[in-house]
Amino acid sequence: MLLTTQDVQKIARLARLAMNDTEIEAARTQLSGIFELIEQMQAVDTAGIEPMSHAQDLSQQLRADVVTATNDREAFQAIAPQVEGGLYLVPQVIE
Amino acid sequence: MLNHSLQQQGDALRAKKISSVELTQLYLDRIATHNPVLNAFVTVEAAKSLAQARAADAQFAAGTAQALTGIPIAQKDIFCAQGWRTTCGSLMLDNFISPYDAHVITQFNNAGAVNLGKTNMDEFAMGSSNETSYFGPVRNPWDIKAVPGGSSGGAAAAVAARLCAAATGTDTGGSIRQPAALCGITGIKPTYGTVSRYGMIAFASSLDQAGPMARSAEDCALMLNVMTGHDERDSTSLQRDKEDYTRELSKPLTGLRIGLPREFFAEGLSDDVAQCVQAAVAEYQKLGATVVDISLPNAKLAVPVYYVLAPAEASSNLSRFDGVRYGYRAPDYTDLTDMYEKSRAQGFGEEVKRRIMIGTYVLSHGYYDAYYLQAQKIRRLIAQDFTEAFKKCDVIMGPTSPSTAFNLGEKGDDPVQMYLSDIYTIAVNLAGLPGMSIPCGTGANAMPVGLQIIGDYFKEAQMLNVAHQYQLATDWHSRAPQGL
Repeated sequence: MLLTTQDVQKIARLARLAMNDTEIEAARTQLSGIFELIEQMQAVDTAGIEPMSHAQDLSQQLRADVVTATNDREAFQAIAPQVEGGLYLVPQVIE
Repeated sequence: MLNHSLQQQGDALRAKKISSVELTQLYLDRIATHNPVLNAFVTVEAAKSLAQARAADAQFAAGTAQALTGIPIAQKDIFCAQGWRTTCGSLMLDNFISPYDAHVITQFNNAGAVNLGKTNMDEFAMGSSNETSYFGPVRNPWDIKAVPGGSSGGAAAAVAARLCAAATGTDTGGSIRQPAALCGITGIKPTYGTVSRYGMIAFASSLDQAGPMARSAEDCALMLNVMTGHDERDSTSLQRDKEDYTRELSKPLTGLRIGLPREFFAEGLSDDVAQCVQAAVAEYQKLGATVVDISLPNAKLAVPVYYVLAPAEASSNLSRFDGVRYGYRAPDYTDLTDMYEKSRAQGFGEEVKRRIMIGTYVLSHGYYDAYYLQAQKIRRLIAQDFTEAFKKCDVIMGPTSPSTAFNLGEKGDDPVQMYLSDIYTIAVNLAGLPGMSIPCGTGANAMPVGLQIIGDYFKEAQMLNVAHQYQLATDWHSRAPQGL
């Protein structure tokens, strides 16, 4: 399957990956090769087959509704790129 | 001491023939000598390791030591360890000092083992040669021109070169078994859900599973005893009674039925690997096993299915890396979106970005049914093939990898060629079965060949028995690379 330049630009935007034209073109060639491999799946008749989302058939485990997490804000924020007054700083989003 | 089993090292420690501090220092010295070439370790913190060794020696003095107390274990750099830099082989986490311990790390700490350092790996465990690591490739101790395999390549190289007593790895599509095969060591990926994934940096959550990498099946059994067990912090961690994985080691193999899948001996397998695997099967027949012809008709679809499912899960898991709470943030940006896009573009390497893009695409509107859902349906067909096969045999055997270790750069530009090096291991992850690799010979280039052993769900003890009996009868597992 051949991806177009527009396809790859859209994927990069959805994945939040900044890419220049050269990178888009390189990704287009390589992704097209990978999708050629993936296309082998389309020849398989899977009518009536239940999708397998997980290796084990598990039901969700439940626990009592009690506080289990401790407050480790200082430890977690010590490794953040930018914090101030206990808050994570990002560029301004609201004028 | 370097070639002693974990049991023998433990005996020497208990008998006070050597202290844990001395044993740890022995390995630290070897790392200092050989790591500049092999690049198997990303982070070594002698002071931290020696502090744990001193604590272990105190346990021996107090008589409270356990099986792995004082043994220096190398931890794959995918496991968060409190106070240790934990990079996952990526610039994205180059500066990440973990504020907490992964469950696996806690288990080893509680067992009194020494964390000897963090091993190099393909970035976010995405690779089969260790060449995608931000910290540079690991070299194969058997031939430094060759790759060690991946993604647990640093762990495999460290064990093979005797830079640690044993190591941990993780396996999403073959990342324990393929490097174990290429470096001539023993590694086992247990049944999905056996080892808690808490604190193990996520790649593809429905496939990821941790396991030991060591010099023998016996050592792997002791490691698994420490690593496994229910942990409520991982919702996929299974609630099962604690097992002793050494319990079946000494059982004779009389009557064992070995299934040989036709599809694993077809086109694409190199002659030298095929010969070694066939010789190993002949050895098993001498040990009393019988051989059954089996078929895994959908196994050939494992690679395409995996390259839909694993990237889909990865694209979701890796969305957490946004430059806000931890990890890399780009130095210059104009607004929030620009910060996300530049931080991720600069922080991730090429292969990781490629897989995020594949995953993003197959999950996007209009393609979900054709790719993601179709892959999940074929996943079930692949799992059903194994269920059918295990009606006729006790274990399945075949090659771990289609060839011995290839050279650095050899598969450089074509991701598809690299992906096909996991053709025999991936189906096992899709089914969630346990799989292992043991050394069974050397190929045309004198590089190690791995025999893959696949067991039914929760049959790790039996697989370790099957591997151990072979290792009692042969010496492939005890051979070490020259010059180290």
